[in-house]
Amino acid sequence: MFAALEFPSIENLVEWPAFFGDGTFYAFNKIALISMLAVIIPTALFLLAKKEMVPRGVQNIVEGTVEFVEKQVVLSAIGPEGLKYTPLILTIFLFVFFGNIFEVIPTFQMPANARMANPLILAVVAWVSFVTIGIKSQGFAGFMKSSLFPPGVPKALYILVTPIEFLSTFLLRPFGLAVRLFANMLAGHILLVTFGVLCITLATASPLAAILPFSYAMLVGLTGFEVMVSLIQAFVFSLLTAVYIQLSLHAH
Amino acid sequence: MSIIASTAAQISELAQEYTPAEAKANAGASGAGMAYGLAAIGPGIGIGYLVGQAVQAMARQPESAGQVQTTMFLGIAFTEALALIGFVVFILLKFA
Repeated sequence: MFAALEFPSIENLVEWPAFFGDGTFYAFNKIALISMLAVIIPTALFLLAKKEMVPRGVQNIVEGTVEFVEKQVVLSAIGPEGLKYTPLILTIFLFVFFGNIFEVIPTFQMPANARMANPLILAVVAWVSFVTIGIKSQGFAGFMKSSLFPPGVPKALYILVTPIEFLSTFLLRPFGLAVRLFANMLAGHILLVTFGVLCITLATASPLAAILPFSYAMLVGLTGFEVMVSLIQAFVFSLLTAVYIQLSLHAH
Repeated sequence: MSIIASTAAQISELAQEYTPAEAKANAGASGAGMAYGLAAIGPGIGIGYLVGQAVQAMARQPESAGQVQTTMFLGIAFTEALALIGFVVFILLKFA
């Protein structure tokens, strides 16, 4: 009865054939297309928005986005002095969000961030920016001292504390950022595929078609849930970037 | 009769010796399930506790709800990372 229930292998879910240039450095597949769209769509939105006193249409969306990132992410994590980093954090937020939201858009239905390359590059960007900002605001020695030698620790304990701090600040932070985004999006994608496959299987297995509505309702509900996850992951990624920038701005 | 015959065929199939590659794949699959299940316990409790406390804080001081919410999302992000690493281990054990 369940002979038809064959889950596709992981390669079928995340690996896409190249549209053109297969095997070369300019190979272009769905992930690359989504990544480019995630750059083009926000840029177009921001260019389309008119700069009027009373916002209408696109301008509303754009101003709402900027205000959300400014208030909820930058001001709440860094404070007023972090407002000059808003462009960086807004860019990260929009790129992550548009990379994620293609998970639920028909004909794409693949989050670009479910491949490790995208989150990894974003994490490297976040890592470089917080290290650079730390070195710029505290100087190299000061930044190293404040991030590797936390004050208020007995001198002898630095043998233990410094390696741990080094690991957690310079290796686990970018790793955590990348893996968090990647695993969330991959898990969501696999979840949607699971229920999609289940729906198709139930539709073809005649005695079991009676429970198809439940599976279908679950698929619809999870699609809504994934929209929320896309937004939350973009929010969390930009919020964590802001928090790391805040931690490297001042000595603690 | 045919059902019994097919069941018997299945049982004899199950009793066959696995090749080393198959045995490794099977062990990987069951280990993957265990890994994800165990990795989900702690973060599950942690996120539940965290959000519960955040709701309590917001109910006590509604004016600080925004700040509590941001901190809550941060805490969830850090707690959730463990479960997500468990998920990555699941993928690695199952498919790699």
